[in-house]
Amino acid sequence: MEQLDFTILILALPLICFVVLGLCGMKMSHKVAGLLGSITLAGVTLLSYATAAIYFGAGRNMDGIYQTITPYNIKWLPLGETLSIDMGIMLDPISVMMLIVISTVSLMVHIYSLGYMKGEKGFQRYYAYLSLFTFSMLGLVVATNIFQMYVFWELVGVSSYLLIGFYYTKPAAIAASKKAFIVTRFADLFFLIGILLYGFYTGTYSFTPGEAVLISAGAVIPIALGLMFVGGAGKSAMFPLHIWLPDAMEGPTPVSALIHAATMVVAGVYLVARMFPIFIDFAPETLHIIAYVGAFTALYAAIVACVQTDIKRVLAFSTISQIAFMMVALGVCTSTDPHEGGLGYMASMFHLFTHAMFKGLLFLGAGAIIHAVHSNEKCHMGGLRKYMPITHITFLIACLAIAGIPPFSGFFSKDEILVACYSYSTMMGIFMSIVAALTAFYMFRLYYLIFWGKSHYEEQLSQYNAGTLDKKPHKPHEAPATMTIPLIILAVITLFAGFIPFGHFVSSNGHLYDIHLDWNVATISVVLAISGIFMATIMYIKGNSPITNAINHNMSNIIEAAYHRFYMDELWLFVTKRIIFNCISRPIAWFDRHIIDGTMDMLATVTQKIGDVVRPIQSGNVQSYSMWFLGGALVILTALIVFA
Amino acid sequence: MIVPAEFYLVLATVLFFIGVFGFFTRRNLISLLISTELMLNAVDINFAVFNAYCHPEHLEGFFFTMFGIGIAAAETAVAIAIIINVFRNAKSIHIKNMIELKH
Repeated sequence: MEQLDFTILILALPLICFVVLGLCGMKMSHKVAGLLGSITLAGVTLLSYATAAIYFGAGRNMDGIYQTITPYNIKWLPLGETLSIDMGIMLDPISVMMLIVISTVSLMVHIYSLGYMKGEKGFQRYYAYLSLFTFSMLGLVVATNIFQMYVFWELVGVSSYLLIGFYYTKPAAIAASKKAFIVTRFADLFFLIGILLYGFYTGTYSFTPGEAVLISAGAVIPIALGLMFVGGAGKSAMFPLHIWLPDAMEGPTPVSALIHAATMVVAGVYLVARMFPIFIDFAPETLHIIAYVGAFTALYAAIVACVQTDIKRVLAFSTISQIAFMMVALGVCTSTDPHEGGLGYMASMFHLFTHAMFKGLLFLGAGAIIHAVHSNEKCHMGGLRKYMPITHITFLIACLAIAGIPPFSGFFSKDEILVACYSYSTMMGIFMSIVAALTAFYMFRLYYLIFWGKSHYEEQLSQYNAGTLDKKPHKPHEAPATMTIPLIILAVITLFAGFIPFGHFVSSNGHLYDIHLDWNVATISVVLAISGIFMATIMYIKGNSPITNAINHNMSNIIEAAYHRFYMDELWLFVTKRIIFNCISRPIAWFDRHIIDGTMDMLATVTQKIGDVVRPIQSGNVQSYSMWFLGGALVILTALIVFA
Repeated sequence: MIVPAEFYLVLATVLFFIGVFGFFTRRNLISLLISTELMLNAVDINFAVFNAYCHPEHLEGFFFTMFGIGIAAAETAVAIAIIINVFRNAKSIHIKNMIELKH
């Protein structure tokens, strides 16, 4: 389809913007740089929407599916007779859907940042990095082959690293950026091994190598796909590789919204969805392992989220939990037919779509709150609903959506996931329903702690009036329009996204699928969600209620452990520092220093010693030189006479 | 009367080793230069002698002798120029001043 040739611009524009802002940003004023970035992104968003309109507008082909279109595909690096790494653009239902998600959220974040980052040092650099990230993420989703995906995968990793460490004078931010980079890189190592195995045994990096090749590759395929999933688990913060994501909240809040909630962290889900046809036919066991990993992660993150005090960390853990939901949805698939066992694929993509919107909204709302009270801690908030009405309403909408209350978008997508879980096994369904109830609980705990209860500002003000506080407290205020408009837009999307007939666009076998609610599952999940909200209401609406105190008192051990994230960070530190450093790295370092360096040092020492012996010969005295010369000539002469 | 070739060769050898001896023992740069000239002349004599006695029908040996004399003259001119510069810098043409060249 020649009319889709313009898709190259979707990648080119942010890249050009990154180069321009990166090279000349410092010569621009903040306003120009911010507007340049935002306008470019607006262009990209329009192009993405146009792509979607043309792609889905073209209709289905003879087989009743949306055809995969490859407007560009260039052989980038030939590796042999048949194997080559290509670069190009591939459009199919999920990549087009991702284009919309990424460009929409990215545009919202660009606009929001105009207000949030106003006056920050390095404002232009910030926009340059945002453009780089957008470019890499878009490149990742339109990749034509697994290797191109890997290249862009690493690029998003780098831009995430750069943006987490944006406040590079803050030690915590530097540590967090390094942690994120190292953990994801560690996981990517397995991803790369998986790709190489896959490429070696199938002879191609394509996503669809053909059945014959896959059958001949045989038992390697599940291993290769499993290794790829480890990479995806690193990026998508699956247990136990989730440790980087909560720390990544040190970055600016809009970055957390864009990268660590809506787009980059779902790359792992996208990867599994991309490889889904191969998974389902050749590695169903691997797929089910993914489901169990996801289910455990979902529960773990939900429990931890219930007790965190930093609002961004609560959101971070809720992100981990929600991504785990998507993983579970993919993992419980047993066939490609959405009517029997393949529903999870569509549910996962649907949840990815709605989650990107409402989680982006939650993070941007949290950003507005942090902007207003200058703190991440819940104890500095409380009672903010009077001061920030727009943020309050939009945040509430997002909370209702993530809790799964109809008619908000999260209800529809989460319901599909639960239906898929129940059809896989009742245990899985019940398990995920409980996690969904926990989701409702911790989100409303967060909501009440921020917007209800005693106002920290009013308390401080009364203290100030009574003369016990020297400084007049800062009055929280509503965010500027550049920040509230994206909130409102995302809230509107969150309100209506659930009514999109998602199955008409994306489904596991590409055929049209009508979403229909399973009333049993829907009732259970709504009841559970409401009971979660109810629990949160009685516990947190008034600040500290007697029930809360009693629970805190009786379960203090568990709460303490959950607050420290069940000591996973400490465990990792123990494993890396004590075991890996002491048992592996130190012996290797010793070997390097004493054996390898020792050999080299010995060579150098011997050479030096010989030099010391020979050096006096070069005295600078011409006569002694000629004496040696004569001696040599005589030796040669003698030799000639004797041997000739 | 024909002088036997050996006479010439003995002369050349004596001349050459006088040059070598002078080159090793003298400490004055001019003396060294003179010694070098002696060695070169000894070689020139050898060329001429071998040409005259072994291949009288050819002239290459004589030509080499002519070349040797020419080059010796040129080399002396260069060497003298160097020695003058050494004298300007070191106010002396003693050989001990020349060890700087090792650096």
